[in-house]
Amino acid sequence: MENADLSHHIVSRFNEDLERARSNVLRMGGLVESQLALALRALLDGDLAAGNEVVRSEYEVNALQVSIDDECNRILATRAPTASDLRLVVAIIKTVTDMERIGDEAEKVGYIGSHHSNLDHAPEHYRVMRHLGGVVQDMVRDALDCFARLDATEALAVAKRDHLVDEEYESIQRQCITFMIEDPRTIRRAIDLLWISRALERIGDHAKNICEYVIYMVHGKDIRHISLKDVEKQLQAEPRPPAVLGGTELPQ
Amino acid sequence: MNAVSNTITESTRPPDTGPTQRPSGRQPGPGGAGSRIEDSREARPPQVRAEVRNLSFYYGQNRALKDINIPIADRQVTALIGPSGCGKSTFLRCFNRMHDLQIGTRYQGSITLYPENLNLVGRDVDPIEVRMRIGMVFQKPNPFPKSIFENVAYGLRLRGVTRRSLLAEEVEQALRGAALWEEVGDRLHESAMALSGGQMQRLCIARALATKPEILLCDEPTSALDPIATAKIEELISTLRAKVTVLIVTHNMQQAARISDYTAFMYLGELVEFGQAGRIFTNPAKKATEDYITGRYG
Repeated sequence: MENADLSHHIVSRFNEDLERARSNVLRMGGLVESQLALALRALLDGDLAAGNEVVRSEYEVNALQVSIDDECNRILATRAPTASDLRLVVAIIKTVTDMERIGDEAEKVGYIGSHHSNLDHAPEHYRVMRHLGGVVQDMVRDALDCFARLDATEALAVAKRDHLVDEEYESIQRQCITFMIEDPRTIRRAIDLLWISRALERIGDHAKNICEYVIYMVHGKDIRHISLKDVEKQLQAEPRPPAVLGGTELPQ
Repeated sequence: MNAVSNTITESTRPPDTGPTQRPSGRQPGPGGAGSRIEDSREARPPQVRAEVRNLSFYYGQNRALKDINIPIADRQVTALIGPSGCGKSTFLRCFNRMHDLQIGTRYQGSITLYPENLNLVGRDVDPIEVRMRIGMVFQKPNPFPKSIFENVAYGLRLRGVTRRSLLAEEVEQALRGAALWEEVGDRLHESAMALSGGQMQRLCIARALATKPEILLCDEPTSALDPIATAKIEELISTLRAKVTVLIVTHNMQQAARISDYTAFMYLGELVEFGQAGRIFTNPAKKATEDYITGRYG
């Protein structure tokens, strides 16, 4: 799986099917990435057009999700993929769900950003989001890169960055609570900030999920709900399961 | 290379307990009666019924099997997969000494059948005795040109069973075991040649089951059947494993994935990989296995 060798099936149509599904995922990833960039621009620069564009491209992302899922269903039904092919298809199905949700969250951010750009909530109020937005944007980009390159090592490193997002989210929450206590007139704006930071934090989680699917694709290990430290140990100790050869005991 | 395993090993095997002995008093699972077999499978690793050690096989000078080591789990389905000519059938046929019928063949190594520690390929072991204990089903259904009843009763008669009532009872039991009784119970004395292909194959399974084999060998038992008959045989094999150890050769990878508990991948006479079917088909350890099961052999 490390070589991403999709091109050597005896049945060439199978190659094409897998390759098409995979490249559609990358295309969808590109769309989602630009959605997030536009949403942040709408928020931080008060760019109304960018906000509208995020909402508009949501349809395109949704349509791609449906078509990729269809393609994967067809591959499962007609090709009965196994081993790395199966893991690729399963990972694609899961990845598109997370990507679509990244799109949804970006839409929320973009909506709040554009909706309030012409109100008294000036964009500078959202500057506190710049750092969190940047971290999340990097995570999404790198997670999608890992998917494209099937780079499990990098995927683990990217997944680890989720704690930065969590810390930043926590700190924004504290700030907002402080604002609200100090001056109740800021409650409306603070709630918006909470919504936005929550959306960005969720995007970080989805990027982390994508990294987990990459590790599943490459190593065949399901690392969900395991601490990343343990995952690292496991991957170092045993990158591949042993082929039980020459043994006279039943493998577990 | 010995992999990590929690299952019974030579050193831990109690000397006189056969693999048929299982600890009693297990708790039924939450799923009720229907899921008990599954639950017990989950809870307890199966024991080893037969053990193949350093088995090599020669057709004259040609070494068709090379140092095969593999444990066969008791009352589980073990599937052998691999491209044509990799030695799957040769390996399967070693279990009931089918090769002895051919001149110039030679076995090396051992296949130990537990609990008696009988070496199936030992020179001093009578092949007829081996075939009495190891049943076999072939690629094409091959019923005898006799009645349905006589087909199943044949092996029993060979073993000296003559009492009609006992024969009738055993035949019914075997036909039920092979999921054929409902279809032929009322016409046992009609010719077996009048059955459909799928029914004939199930009759052959019933014939093999009648003699209560310790291991049932199946050499591509569904390759000559249509999908419905194939599904019935697959279902049958899945239910058989509650009673008998099954070793099956199949060209149909999906079939191996569906029905086997353990899967062995062979290539050019060697065992490349052996493991639980679920793992082999989702995350094989060897690139050769991966390439074969994903259809990348060119």
